[in-house]
Amino acid sequence: MAKSHAEVKVLGTWASPFVMRVRIALNIKSVAYEFLQERLWEGKSELLLKSNPVHRKVPVLIHGDDTICESLIIVQYIDEVWPSAPILPSDPHERATARFWAAYLDDKWFPSLRAIGMAEGEDARKAAIGQVEEGLMLLEEAFGKCSQGQAFFGKDQIGYLDITFGCFLGWLRVTEKMSGIKLLNEINTPALLKWANRFCNDAAVKDVMPETEKLAEFAKMLRGRVRATPTS
Amino acid sequence: MSEGEVKVLGTWASPFSTRVRIALHLKSVNYEYLEENSLESKSELLLDSNPVFKRIPVLIHGDNKPICESLIIVEYIDEVWSSGPSILPCDAYERADARFWATYVDNKFFPALKRAVVSGSEETKRASMAEVEEGVVMLEKLSKGKAFFGGDNIGYLDIVIGSVFEWIKVIDKCTETQLLSQAPCLLEWGARFSSHEAVKDVLPGVAKLAGFGLKLKAKI
Repeated sequence: MAKSHAEVKVLGTWASPFVMRVRIALNIKSVAYEFLQERLWEGKSELLLKSNPVHRKVPVLIHGDDTICESLIIVQYIDEVWPSAPILPSDPHERATARFWAAYLDDKWFPSLRAIGMAEGEDARKAAIGQVEEGLMLLEEAFGKCSQGQAFFGKDQIGYLDITFGCFLGWLRVTEKMSGIKLLNEINTPALLKWANRFCNDAAVKDVMPETEKLAEFAKMLRGRVRATPTS
Repeated sequence: MSEGEVKVLGTWASPFSTRVRIALHLKSVNYEYLEENSLESKSELLLDSNPVFKRIPVLIHGDNKPICESLIIVEYIDEVWSSGPSILPCDAYERADARFWATYVDNKFFPALKRAVVSGSEETKRASMAEVEEGVVMLEKLSKGKAFFGGDNIGYLDIVIGSVFEWIKVIDKCTETQLLSQAPCLLEWGARFSSHEAVKDVLPGVAKLAGFGLKLKAKI
């Protein structure tokens, strides 16, 4: 496809797990791209507002004359345009399963992780932690079924669900650090604990996964801003 | 891969349920439809088939593990019954665009539609109506210049938007808005969509949906 040779740009931020997904997908496909960093705290760039007028959010993929928004949609697009090193499984049932857990992660699990940081009061915090832990047990079980004894959700290599979940590991580790609780642990989630290390060390991932320290500092700064800014 | 009995757990009023049925009709797949009573308790079968979200629709296909989440089910149907008419576009960019608008409908437009009908708070209603109006303008623009969002034939985005379309009519019916009179292309598309073979027997009907909206409002 001639299209696959057109220039590729990614609008994003270093801290966003959603942006990371896109970069990992491009790395897996060995596609060169220009990374345009948004400084969201300084206001959104003209390019971002023009490329994603509906949601005004990163990531955005600019491929030749086309713009594609929403991280999971972008990952699927990348998988379809550059068919080598497939990201989604080929079997329709396995694809549906991968998409299901990706939707679960985005719609339920990640919001529950964020709720820990925003919880006010010990009871609320405990409840939020409980929800995240419950989710991780479900994901531990899903890992067993999807990986079928191999290294990743995508079996012998990183796939769609690895990318979707793996990109939240930075924020998971920050939450563990700030709460003092090991959410991924040898008792409840032994397989996921090992998977997390394999994922973070993968060649397609390690240069785009931010260090936990840096992310923790960023989280503190964000929290400071949220508290200082009056809600509109 | 397409072998095996097909069952759909759904409810008559749910646009998510309707989508799955339209997709199966487009592929001429026979299925057994099991109606859940949405306003009462959930069946054992539903809770077993979708323990994570405990909601319809669910597609049960032969002995395979059930498939949940309407957009995921529609893509599954398109991939399994690949000899039937294509639901998703063939071009990667057009697929991404269709998926983008589908998530917009599900995450923003339909929730606003529902809130506008069902909410008891005047403030919530007003804010939701503003979102709905914005959405109708965008969909009107998208619908111009072709018979369906999918081109000459019904496709993924037609199914997604079409399954929530009657809610717009419910708003026009129950309030003093004229949303659709300001969206003539969308209105015409709606008529084409609703009368399509694969669609006409599964749409709830505006009057019945309006009644359902009132019941939901009373519950809140």
